[in-house]
Amino acid sequence: MADAHARKYTRAQKGLTMFQRLRENKSAQGTLLAFPTLVWMMVLLIIPLLLTLVISFGRRTADGGVIFSFSLDNYIRLLGYSTKCDSGAASCFDPLYVQILWRSLTLAFNTTVLVILLAYPLAYFIARAHPKKRNTYLFLVLIPLWTNFVIRVYAWIMLLRKAGAINLVIGWLANLFHIQFTPLEMLYTPGAVLVGMVYEFLPFMILPIYTSLEKIDNSLYEAAADLGANSVKTFRRVTLPLSMPGVVAGTILVFIPVMGTFIVSDILGGRQVILVGNLIQRQFLDARDPTFGSAASLILMVLTLIVTYFYTRKFGFGEEIVVA
Amino acid sequence: MTNEYAVEMRDVVKRFITPEGNELAAVDHVTMQIKNGEFFSMLGSSGCGKTTSLRMIAGFEWPTEGEVYIEGKPMGHTPPFQRKVNTVFQSYALFQHMTVFENIAFGLEMEGAEKEEIKKRVAHALEMVQLTGLERRRPKQLSGGQQQRVAVARSLVKVPDVLLLDEPLGALDLKLRKEMQLELKALQQQLGITFIYVTHDQEEALTMSDRIAVMSKGRVQQIGTPVEIYERPANRFVADFIGESNFFEGTIKSLSENEAVVHIPALNADVTALPVSDGLAKKEEVVVSIRPEKVRISEKNNMNVNMFQGTVSNTVYIGTDTHVYLDVNGAKLKVYEQNRISRLDPKSFYVVGQEVWLMLMPENTLVLKKD
Repeated sequence: MADAHARKYTRAQKGLTMFQRLRENKSAQGTLLAFPTLVWMMVLLIIPLLLTLVISFGRRTADGGVIFSFSLDNYIRLLGYSTKCDSGAASCFDPLYVQILWRSLTLAFNTTVLVILLAYPLAYFIARAHPKKRNTYLFLVLIPLWTNFVIRVYAWIMLLRKAGAINLVIGWLANLFHIQFTPLEMLYTPGAVLVGMVYEFLPFMILPIYTSLEKIDNSLYEAAADLGANSVKTFRRVTLPLSMPGVVAGTILVFIPVMGTFIVSDILGGRQVILVGNLIQRQFLDARDPTFGSAASLILMVLTLIVTYFYTRKFGFGEEIVVA
Repeated sequence: MTNEYAVEMRDVVKRFITPEGNELAAVDHVTMQIKNGEFFSMLGSSGCGKTTSLRMIAGFEWPTEGEVYIEGKPMGHTPPFQRKVNTVFQSYALFQHMTVFENIAFGLEMEGAEKEEIKKRVAHALEMVQLTGLERRRPKQLSGGQQQRVAVARSLVKVPDVLLLDEPLGALDLKLRKEMQLELKALQQQLGITFIYVTHDQEEALTMSDRIAVMSKGRVQQIGTPVEIYERPANRFVADFIGESNFFEGTIKSLSENEAVVHIPALNADVTALPVSDGLAKKEEVVVSIRPEKVRISEKNNMNVNMFQGTVSNTVYIGTDTHVYLDVNGAKLKVYEQNRISRLDPKSFYVVGQEVWLMLMPENTLVLKKD
């Protein structure tokens, strides 16, 4: 009886010392806190990723199944090797997929540049506004995000189509000045996709740039002016370098999703603007070739990683808090 | 061209609109002349208008009324980058994305100086503030004192006519602050540049300045040398703000150029004192002020006038001095007695409850305006 009690007591004490040891062991605490996310990522990111890799080396069956093998056929096809040649030759170079990849890359680049050019002045304006007004402005920036992404893209059809708002206004103005006007073909063009992308991703650039601009103490602008810099020089030598972390963070937030998204190009590009995201989607859903789709996914990922790698190597991750 | 005054403020007013929509004169008809090569301080508590005045000289703010002159030229709306003055900011305002070298070189690059010249001048500036060897550090890698020196070097490298310093030592600890005070003063004397120094620390102002402007509520209360400010304060505010004083309210009974007799109801007596404030008049309600270290305590009534009997109510030993608190007919008075003799019981002479005589020498007793 007494023995059992003593055993129970030591067990409780052991538990207690374990708990105390955990309280002192910061790294064990960290592991414990990260554990749920680690499991989540393992199950929903790492394992699917490995599956994609395995499938990309496989072969498709006629009904859309996968035969596991080690074949580089899908990758060779992506890089332009084709066996269906007009000339009748056994094999030839078909640039279709390389073009799609290149189009995605340039579109992502152009979108990012345009978004920076639009977001920076606005972020600057908000950061320099009266503190009481800043929250209102930020709120206004965020309002579009309350509407579903897809619905916002569809809304652009109303603006861009032949009988859409933009053509109506221009037509009305042309009529007013007695100018001949044929409605512009704006929908289902690369331009429409670009406009849609810029619109969708603008807030993701404004917010990080605002955050880094807002941290810049007013006395730094004054110090620059005091030392002889006019407003142009102050911007180039002080404001811009100090806000680069925001630009970098925003670029990562915009460039990567634009590379992969297929909704905007699907809705506003029609069949005219096919991006790598559309290619992947069609391989899985229409062409029923998961092996080729997987290969394209991995190529997209590698391409994005390469660009991001060189970009962040040059500019950092934008995580530094520059102003003390 | 050298003008007698490096900086002049003529009847300058600066009004702001408060968040509540009221108009507030942060600087209210301020006139002051700052001589070339002078170490000039603006001293006052927060909100007295000293920083706003400095910012108007720098060009960060423009006067609502009046005019700021630098080297005799009216500044109007001249932007900061076109004024030959430089500022050392309270927060240092160092560029965190630049090295120490780049920070100091910034102003010279803006002037379009040659690379070689920049190198030479930056090296010289670093030598001046004793930071040679730290060129490649970032501001964050420096201590507070070192950052402060970088800020000074960055401004001085441009060889301004006037250096403006906005509480530059406020963030440093006491010991470092005292060191930097002496260093800044030495630097100013060595370079002969006019320094305008804003501080709320009276000891700092007294230590460093050639002349001090004591400010309150947007107005200049007095401009004078440290000795003038301390020994001949212009009014009660200045006497109260700088150092400590015993004040007694009273009415002037008779007045001549260097003597006034003031009736003080609290002491139920007449006091002979030195008229100090400008424009005193007979029958005027005034205040009589005497510094605690200038009151003498004696055991006997050995003077006919200005002798009062009091009771010791408390004593505090603080090393250099003993503070003796006295009660005179219900009025309170403090006296600082220097501990001139080394003894283990400095309180032995003043015991609580002891009756003593207080001597207010007429030349130490000042008649001041109430405000």
